[in-house]
Amino acid sequence: MAANPFRQGDNVLKDQACIVGIGETDYCRKPGSGLSETGIQLKAAVAALDDAGLQGSQIDAILAFPNLNKSEAFAASLGCDNLRFAATIHMGGASPVASLRMAAMAVAAGAADYVLVPAGWNGFSGARVRETSATDVDSIPGGRISRDYYTPFGLTAPPQWYALMARRHMHEYGTTHEQLGAVALAMRKHAQLNPAALMHGKPLSMADYLASPMITDPYRLYDCCLETDGACAFIVTSVERARDLGKQPVYIMGAAAGQPYPADEIVNRRDFHKIGLTIAAPEAFRMAGIEPGDVDFANIYDCFTYEVIQQLEEAGFCQRGEGGAFVEDGGIELGGRLPVNTHGGLLSHAHSLGLGHIAEAVRQLRGECGERQVKDAEIGVVTGWGDFGDGSIAILRR
Amino acid sequence: MSDYTKPLPEMEGLTGEFYDFCKQGELRFQQCADCGEFRHVPREVCAHCNSFDWQWAASSGRGRVYTWTVVERALHPDFMDATPLAPVVVELEEGVRLLTNLVNVAPQDLVMDMPVEVEFRAVTDTVTLPLFRAV
Ligand SMILES: [Zn+2]
Repeated sequence: MAANPFRQGDNVLKDQACIVGIGETDYCRKPGSGLSETGIQLKAAVAALDDAGLQGSQIDAILAFPNLNKSEAFAASLGCDNLRFAATIHMGGASPVASLRMAAMAVAAGAADYVLVPAGWNGFSGARVRETSATDVDSIPGGRISRDYYTPFGLTAPPQWYALMARRHMHEYGTTHEQLGAVALAMRKHAQLNPAALMHGKPLSMADYLASPMITDPYRLYDCCLETDGACAFIVTSVERARDLGKQPVYIMGAAAGQPYPADEIVNRRDFHKIGLTIAAPEAFRMAGIEPGDVDFANIYDCFTYEVIQQLEEAGFCQRGEGGAFVEDGGIELGGRLPVNTHGGLLSHAHSLGLGHIAEAVRQLRGECGERQVKDAEIGVVTGWGDFGDGSIAILRR
Repeated sequence: MSDYTKPLPEMEGLTGEFYDFCKQGELRFQQCADCGEFRHVPREVCAHCNSFDWQWAASSGRGRVYTWTVVERALHPDFMDATPLAPVVVELEEGVRLLTNLVNVAPQDLVMDMPVEVEFRAVTDTVTLPLFRAV
């Protein structure tokens, strides 16, 4: 029997929907976007409409990012006067890819024709995650648990939560600081090929990495993603409708989402390394009918360096414990065994809440990436990571 | 004690009960009356057998260091003067894990599986935190 036998239902989503438009604003830190968080997302949404060759009035479903603004507000500004489906998936940074999957579900079920998924924020000039994660108990599902059982002991922000996982992985599997650094260096190297990346023109060496200040051991400054202002959006429609639009459609071969257990509490997990992606990835690959080895590139949600290693393992690109070796020696750089985040990722491009990973996958599969193009890219994976390890994954093809 | 400025838990519901035991010098976790499973953080139902019957059972207070991080740069204003600071996960003999701090180990001296035992610290008139010491 195959490792991932086909199950009834897998064919409901496979190759039923396509991404037909992407839009991105510029990203910045100082002095900030100068726009509201709704305004900046609308800018990206309009760019996605233009890319797809669609009018706002054709959008009949909107899946908004949690805690930013409501689908209804976007609909009102974009002229979506036939909105049929509005929802938000509360998975933090895993929401955009989980929304991509829900968009495919909505299209496959006939609940929507054109689905808009926007996300964007003033992550630099507005409220910082490091602040809201400890003060807004409603910002994540485990907010009250965090307030009552973590914050009093000084565990207050995402890099600290995830550092607990990284430290344990280093102990069990011998993962090294240099291997974490290899992730940071790969993202930075890719950013040198992307003029839109905020770290373009700012190369990073291993010596620079190791000399950067410790934030929360084992995470140094360069293990941590950027905090930026900016927004991104994409549009999903049916395969049939996609054929009538201007851009080369990108097919959703497989998509899934999953939760760690428990999802609202990070300390008491019997299997400390199991995350949402551990559940989601086998479903997505089974649906797509491919193996991880068939993938030409992967855009992995890189909030912090170890999360890339962890997701590569849990998605099945290597065995658990082998992620450190997988990322070494240029393994995840262009030309390596699996190019990861060719745009530079959250670490060196911008913090697009993970939606930029989808946009870059679309550009790769359209062959629009110029210097950083993965040669003959046919299949790409995108993952999302959020809250205490929520996960999502999409397998895309040209 | 009143000059304590760090964040405190909300003393309500089951969380209030957990910390009230700490104030009495007792570390107690919920234990399922039907299947015997210990659990933390407090929840209404046993996730193992879905029983609503449970009691606050005494912990031995002994455990081992499971993982930690050393916060060198505080990301919360109330901890700016407290770094370096190590939030530590301790795995108790009962099998549950607790996020805490160690009172007698400098962050750079932490070792995986280090044996520890609970030591209570009254930080305000109402809140006592369960901290641990290496033994
Ligand atoms: Zn039980």
